[in-house]
Amino acid sequence: MSAQTLTFASHVHHVHHAARSETPWVRRSLTAAALVFLALFLLMPLALVFVQAFAKGWETYVSALMDPMALAAVKLTLLVTLIAVPLNTVFGVAAAWAIAKFEFPGKNLLTTLIDLPFSVSPVVSGLIYVLLFGMQGWLGPWLAEHDIKLIFAVPGIVLATIFVTVPFVARELIPLMQAQGNDEEEAALVLGASGWQTFRHITLPNIRWGLLYGVILCNARAMGEFGAVSVVSGHIRGATNTIPLHVEILYNEYNSAAAFAVASLLAMLALVTLALKSALEWRLARQIDADKDEE
Amino acid sequence: MSIEIRNITKSFGSFQALKGIDLTISSGELVALLGPSGCGKTTLLRIIAGLEAADSGQILFHGEDTTHRHVRERQVGFVFQHYALFRHMTVFENIAFGLRVRPRAQRPPETEIRRRVHELLELVQLDWLADRYPGQLSGGQRQRIALARALAVEPKVLLLDEPFGALDAKVRKDLRRWLRRLHDELHITSVFVTHDQEEALEVADRVVVLNSGQIEQVGSADEVYDHPATPFVCQFIGDVNLFHGRVSDGRAHIGDTVLALPGTAESDAEQALFFARPHEIEIGGNGEGIGAIVRDIRRRGNAVRVELERKDGQGAVEAELSREAFGRYAIKHGDEVVIQPSRIRVFQH
Repeated sequence: MSAQTLTFASHVHHVHHAARSETPWVRRSLTAAALVFLALFLLMPLALVFVQAFAKGWETYVSALMDPMALAAVKLTLLVTLIAVPLNTVFGVAAAWAIAKFEFPGKNLLTTLIDLPFSVSPVVSGLIYVLLFGMQGWLGPWLAEHDIKLIFAVPGIVLATIFVTVPFVARELIPLMQAQGNDEEEAALVLGASGWQTFRHITLPNIRWGLLYGVILCNARAMGEFGAVSVVSGHIRGATNTIPLHVEILYNEYNSAAAFAVASLLAMLALVTLALKSALEWRLARQIDADKDEE
Repeated sequence: MSIEIRNITKSFGSFQALKGIDLTISSGELVALLGPSGCGKTTLLRIIAGLEAADSGQILFHGEDTTHRHVRERQVGFVFQHYALFRHMTVFENIAFGLRVRPRAQRPPETEIRRRVHELLELVQLDWLADRYPGQLSGGQRQRIALARALAVEPKVLLLDEPFGALDAKVRKDLRRWLRRLHDELHITSVFVTHDQEEALEVADRVVVLNSGQIEQVGSADEVYDHPATPFVCQFIGDVNLFHGRVSDGRAHIGDTVLALPGTAESDAEQALFFARPHEIEIGGNGEGIGAIVRDIRRRGNAVRVELERKDGQGAVEAELSREAFGRYAIKHGDEVVIQPSRIRVFQH
């Protein structure tokens, strides 16, 4: 949160100088409105998740989490994340490197394509996969012939998750790498470093905070993704249910205590993500300041 | 190590950056590539380094063709305009980098690396900054560290791309004298790019003047200043006044004025360009010369700049006088005078 408060504070500072026309009364009521809104729509629901989770006591909470179906959902979520996040990290770094440091035909198209998962509804992303790989889909018969099951199985969930989380790392790195330019890499090459040494010792350290930031956001989305996964999963308990899907099933069965208990896992993930994100934003802001000094 | 550049051409899309460059740089020389922005000087330097590939032509280091050798294997030191120091490494690690990335078999032992880095830090007189980060240094210090880093790998050739371009005037002056002294000490073949003619004339053994992808003139500082080969060189190096006119009977005709051309044997020409530097313009009250009116007088240290407007409406002329001469002529704003170049360069076309 610190970076956000920082920018907010400096912004207020600006306003002070530029236009002192707002009276303290206006400023205070605007701040109050924002805070009330935040409390009502963000903090209260989050708190409610935990209140509901513990509504029937500690034991219900623990048993909901220890339920074999819940454990299977956690396991699947972790597996999917463990595949999707590293893949998208590698792809994100490669794409950002190519876009930021080279000129090639189709560069704009690639930039637009990377953004595609952000602009398409996740449900549609899921449907695309069903259309492609489902039994009635284009590749469905061929896949069935070779006994490969993608839709309503784990591979489909992995594919959908990868698709939805493509932009996070690349989007974070492209502006950072563009701002840093090519000079340091060229300097390393002239000094005799190989391509890998240059990446490992020069590029990677320069983008590490931005990269970590992108990975954390990517991770949060990979674990929490509902729409696309829901379409391709088939909701088979203990087999193709991720945490968000399991929550939905429990909730639809009016088992709200268990639903909220499992949901609290995702809420905790959100809190951890937020804390890490704030810490990284602070580091990033410092790095950008340092880079500016460099100029 | 000598550098030979043979008929190098390079285009970026439809823009022709270099149109066939031929140049030989002898071993131990300090050469300046001088020209306005966009003339191709940085592109040429990057092609010598191997950071850019030429469309055609050859680069030879010490008689050996290096055109297709990778930048990593060319053994050049390169200093960037914006320093390009590794921002996450200390000054020490920056300088050591070139030694540390060598293959294990060629890598010097740690004690040798330490010795070498400290030696270089002493050479650039910044030994006390070893543990700082680039962000904590001033521009001048950064550029000296960048130079030490480039020298660490014992390059055969040192290439500097506008090395003082990002520094303020005072630091720039100090640093270029320092670079000249350093070169006299190390005798490493060096090429530096600049758009600042003063810098080129002061530092380099030889100056290569480039304009829109072609070499206009190669020569010592005195040669390019006193005997410019082309109108471009004449106008680019130092301030200059331009007169249009013609040559007949070995004399210059500028407007209605006829001037002798001492020391030159110019053939007749219907169209000619005459150049005279401000300090070569003499101002007299009467007699032969071009009629002009004094428009502005500015004092600059020990010199006085007089801006004149030609009476025949052919533009302005700038004259530079010493304080003493200025006192002698006793001219003031609005005076009608005649001007006469004491020395004039003729280009026919």
